[in-house]
Amino acid sequence: MRLPAREQAELAGQRLHHFHGGLKLRHHKKISCQKPIQRSKLPPRLYVPLLQHLGAQAEALVVQGQTILKGQAIARYKLPYPGFVHAPTSGTVTAVARHAISHPSGQEGMAVIIKPDGRDEWCELHPIQNWQEAAPALLRQRISECGIVGLGGAVFPTAAKVEDALSQDIHTLILNGAECEPYISCDEMLMREQAPRVVEGALVLQRATGARQVIIAIEDQMGEVWDKLHAAISSSGQDDIRLVKVTTIYPEGGEKQLIQVLTGLEVPEGKRPSHLGLLCQNVATAAASAAAVIEGKPLIERIVTVTGNGVNQPANLLALLGTPISNLIEQCGGYSNNAARLLLGGPMMGYALESDANPVIKAANCILVLSHSDIATEHEELPCIRCGECARVCPSLLLPQQLQWDIRNGLIDDAAGHGLAACIECGCCDFVCPSHIPLTQWFRFGKAEWRTLIEEKKISEIAKQRFEARELRLANIKQDRVQRLEAKKQSLQDNQNKQQKIAAAMQRVKKKSDQQANTENADDQGESS
Amino acid sequence: MSWDVLSISLLATALGLGLGWVARRFRVDADPVVEQINQILPQTQCGQCGFPGCRPYAEAIAAGTAEINQCPPGGTAGIQALADLLGKEVLELNPENGQEQPKAVAVIDEAICIGCTLCIQACPVDAILGAAKQMHTVIESECTGCDLCLPPCPVDCIEMVVRPPAMSDWMPTMPNRRPTSVLTNSLPTASAGAP
Repeated sequence: MRLPAREQAELAGQRLHHFHGGLKLRHHKKISCQKPIQRSKLPPRLYVPLLQHLGAQAEALVVQGQTILKGQAIARYKLPYPGFVHAPTSGTVTAVARHAISHPSGQEGMAVIIKPDGRDEWCELHPIQNWQEAAPALLRQRISECGIVGLGGAVFPTAAKVEDALSQDIHTLILNGAECEPYISCDEMLMREQAPRVVEGALVLQRATGARQVIIAIEDQMGEVWDKLHAAISSSGQDDIRLVKVTTIYPEGGEKQLIQVLTGLEVPEGKRPSHLGLLCQNVATAAASAAAVIEGKPLIERIVTVTGNGVNQPANLLALLGTPISNLIEQCGGYSNNAARLLLGGPMMGYALESDANPVIKAANCILVLSHSDIATEHEELPCIRCGECARVCPSLLLPQQLQWDIRNGLIDDAAGHGLAACIECGCCDFVCPSHIPLTQWFRFGKAEWRTLIEEKKISEIAKQRFEARELRLANIKQDRVQRLEAKKQSLQDNQNKQQKIAAAMQRVKKKSDQQANTENADDQGESS
Repeated sequence: MSWDVLSISLLATALGLGLGWVARRFRVDADPVVEQINQILPQTQCGQCGFPGCRPYAEAIAAGTAEINQCPPGGTAGIQALADLLGKEVLELNPENGQEQPKAVAVIDEAICIGCTLCIQACPVDAILGAAKQMHTVIESECTGCDLCLPPCPVDCIEMVVRPPAMSDWMPTMPNRRPTSVLTNSLPTASAGAP
């Protein structure tokens, strides 16, 4: 017998399931896991972009020449996702100017440029004492103030995600440590070296969401991570945190895919995991939330995997936001002779950067330098032969061939009808396509077109309502005027009638008095005669 | 014989009453085609089509008194959508009605504005805020870019500005279009009328 979805979701992790499609890829993770995490060297300048995540660009709170302290808010996001960007170190703001900002478009954007003073002096921090008993709303507020975002790559503001999920009853918090994309190892290294911090993060987020159980999902090839986390969980004394090992299949680290593996349930299209009573957060996000709540530290640094055959000594670095990528490469022994391409993110979902002057941003989980031999020869795109390989590997159960056909022909509505919005842009279909069609690129394009269409619909709907409201108002005014005129006319008419009546009455009176006078005269005459 | 007649007439009466009730109960007030056309029109309310707003134009199209190619803000995409809806042929945009232009918003030069309220009265979507002898300003998010506030302004202080796209508006570009079929290049062009 099948249980209702929410009840089945509560059994998350007790039995492992499968998701459709996916790929078994070579990991390439070991090369960057040889050395412990090192702190990146302080660069001469930090370039902190104002655009770090979804929503409009943040508004700078500092001006040129201002002295700032480490952890001080330097920019503020407006609604719908309020949040802050903080100073990664103490120093002077040399400018708020245009600079490369690691944006997928390759365009420049506004950045706060900071000259560090080397003292690394913290501003006043506000840790929450006794957070185990603090109000969950206070924890969420602190997470928002500290600018914590999803560090798995999507950089969605964590507080907003939690607030949104709380419209439902959240029974299970899933910490996503299934870092499935090849080359990337920052989460693995974090869990290996700072397991107690990750567990603290789990507890902080559990308190903030009111979840009854926590599941930390890691991959089966992560070796010692299991023991480290296990030890951290037992020493925390909490028995509602469970550790689950999942098999490594790309894109298992995707939120919806991981949920499917843990619960056997699909998150319905257009719904969030909270629909099933689940909330999913990356392990690094949890660790950052713990730092925000327990120590009051905002998000000013993150672990970045610098790896690939194009780097001499791949490693994981703890880098301040705004550090130019060239600094990290230098610390990793510089480029090797056959370095060919610089990517931000992994080989499947990352995007190419034009220059290493781009800075580290909150989304930068990996800097990948590919060598000439890694890059497949650029193949000519061939026509789709409808082989169906893309549909076989699609983890969202879509028909990529049909979607690309729709989008290519401008039928965005049809593509949306075929579930374009459910595409997670994992790149599996690209990888297997024998005709080398840039499918994911088509889907990104199609999604943007679809969003524009929706936006235009919304705007035109508002215009329509306003136009109709105005028409109604004008009609009402017109009717009012007509009525008033009518009333005036009526009252004039009434006035005339009244006067006529008075005149008539006067006449009658006059007539009567005349008559009377006549009769009196007659009487007089009669008497006198 | 009489039973047959009676039963059939009874049945007919009952069905007739039922149909009559349904027709009253589920009566559609407005012409649904007008509503569908109006959904496609961009709601700029600019009047370039020669009608005082999008709905009147939609009504005219539905009545067959206007062509589908009179809406410059809707552009080619709008004409295509109307043609699909109405089963008509796609037409070129009528140049008499204007040209397809990038969407702009009206901006009032507040130093020059004398507060005459003429533009407020002209705005079809109430997107201008102000009062007599007070400075006016355009609510940017509500402005449809219809240009209707320009002619009445006695001091020419209104300008149409195309907003430069912000970083957050950036969209992925279309992948380079390559020929969808390599075969079509080697095939002779099909002659008109060929099956």
